[in-house]
Amino acid sequence: MSTPEKLGLMLFAIAIFAVVFIGILLLAARFSGRTGERIQAASFVLPTLLFILVGLIYPALLTIRDSFKEDAGGGFGLANYVDIFTQEQNLIVLRNTALWVILVPVLATGIGLLYALVVDRTPWEKVAKALVFLPMAISMVGASIIWKFVYEYKPSFRDQIGVLNAVLKTVGIEPKQFLLDVPMNTFYLIIVMVWIQAGFAMTILSAAIKAIPDDIIEASQLDGVNPVQRFRYVTMPAIRPAVVVVLTTIGIGTLKVFDIVRTMTGGQYETSIIANEFYDAFFRYNRPGLAAAFAVLLFLLVIPIVTYNVIQMRKDA
Amino acid sequence: MGTIPNPVDGEDIHEEVREETRVGDKTSATGTGKTPGKKRRTASGSASQAKNFLSSPGASLVAIVIAALWTLPTIGLLVTSFREQRDINNTGWWTSFTNPGSYTLENYQAALRPGDSASMVDYFVNSIVIVLPAVLLPLLLASLAAYAFAWIDFPGRNWLFVAVFALQIVPLQVALVPLLRLYTDAGVEGTYWTVWISHTIFALPLAVFLIHNFMKEIPASLMEAARVDGAGHVRIFFQLLMPLIGPALASFGIFQFLWVWNDLLVSLVFLGGTPDVAPITVRIAELSGSRGSAWHVLSAGAFISMIVPVAVFLGLQRYFVRGLLAGGLKG
Repeated sequence: MSTPEKLGLMLFAIAIFAVVFIGILLLAARFSGRTGERIQAASFVLPTLLFILVGLIYPALLTIRDSFKEDAGGGFGLANYVDIFTQEQNLIVLRNTALWVILVPVLATGIGLLYALVVDRTPWEKVAKALVFLPMAISMVGASIIWKFVYEYKPSFRDQIGVLNAVLKTVGIEPKQFLLDVPMNTFYLIIVMVWIQAGFAMTILSAAIKAIPDDIIEASQLDGVNPVQRFRYVTMPAIRPAVVVVLTTIGIGTLKVFDIVRTMTGGQYETSIIANEFYDAFFRYNRPGLAAAFAVLLFLLVIPIVTYNVIQMRKDA
Repeated sequence: MGTIPNPVDGEDIHEEVREETRVGDKTSATGTGKTPGKKRRTASGSASQAKNFLSSPGASLVAIVIAALWTLPTIGLLVTSFREQRDINNTGWWTSFTNPGSYTLENYQAALRPGDSASMVDYFVNSIVIVLPAVLLPLLLASLAAYAFAWIDFPGRNWLFVAVFALQIVPLQVALVPLLRLYTDAGVEGTYWTVWISHTIFALPLAVFLIHNFMKEIPASLMEAARVDGAGHVRIFFQLLMPLIGPALASFGIFQFLWVWNDLLVSLVFLGGTPDVAPITVRIAELSGSRGSAWHVLSAGAFISMIVPVAVFLGLQRYFVRGLLAGGLKG
């Protein structure tokens, strides 16, 4: 397809969507009274419900079913789940996922909070925040390319073009292939996600810090607490709900992240995580049952994070 | 922004971000609890008394180190994208500052030249073609549904709304493979229709929830007045509500725009990597795997893909931040 054809198709699609939905509405508007009310409600809600039912709920149920379907033979059983929890390769995947889901939220929230505190009410606050926030706007693929270049390796007799290895060489350490360096390479990938998410943590926590009422701060000053105590006993309790939200939101996002591992290592060198393994199981190993089991596992792992969030919120309420 | 006062019109970013939290608190998927205290500090009000460990030289150093770590990697690749292939592979990008004459636009020219092996043009066009319907369709559908959930009384309304809300926690991975089969059965596999529809589906639970919250804030008296005047739901929706919730639609629209533009997984699953349909993220991820050391291609391509979201971010920061705070992370 040529570019004008593509753009034409796009406009056509938008026009079709608009005509169909507005047509339904105008038709529904012609009815009045109690029945009319019902018909109008249906024409407002049913398109969305239909999309969700056919595109989300039904496929999710199929995936749950497929996760019990054995890839070899086609019988039903727990074989796929047994594979996930017993095969060594998959145990590495689970371990890596755990590392990601614990380290990324903690580090991103910690750094975001620290940064929000140190730039709070400084003259350059606005610019300083934009710098850390910007990685949030670009794609994870773009961020992965940026960091792959930071980790770039050349044999030690050559000039290094990756900034990290150049630093290592300058201080007299042998340059290394960061992304091939098992098991540390998982941490090098985690850094990329932390780099992306810290801006999100900073934005929300900064807003929470600014929302602390003046009188509380003033009272603590009158009581003569030092800044560290103030952080411990005033700031932290006040922003706790926001911290929980940031931790859990980043945790859920991290669980599902696929782009970084895919772009930087393709899941090789023991860096794979569940979201990447789901893709590989289906498209590379031709194991749809195993892929479905990984997807279901992903879903199951979201639940404790959401539950933790709800419990914490109840406590604070 | 129309005629109603917009709560986030403040020029000062502090004011703005504070408002964003308010919105976020109310709308976050998982509930953010309450912002403690009602009395909010003004940006300048307590600046003088804000003497704390944060204004020490140590704090400034921490700020500078973090800011540098968060900027330097991007600058490195940006500088690299303006260097010649030979230079990129032989010397560090930081050495180029001593030889400013060596910069070139060749990498970008190659990326923008149709037919060049490094060309990004087709993929860039695909990204645009994918993103616009994938933003407009969920916006329209979610606004309609949100209106009904907020203002039309129909049986099952409450539990349906809760069900839609709860579906936000379902990771899209659980739907991908069966959807792929559905598209194949329908004969639309590998076309834009698959991603337009998929992005719409995955956006709906969050979009309905967010837009519903904004719609609920419209005073009931206003709605009743319109009803008494004999206006039907369809008319109220288009003539009264759409203009009023414009800012809310904009912030969700931008959020969805960035999400779709930056997406890799959905496009990879449904479109594969052909220049006919694949977006630019898919192309760059693919190049990273197959030509991992072709930094002249990768750097220019990566920045071409980033121009759009960064422009959106810089130009519409206010809406962007609001969308983000309100929505958290989707996926």
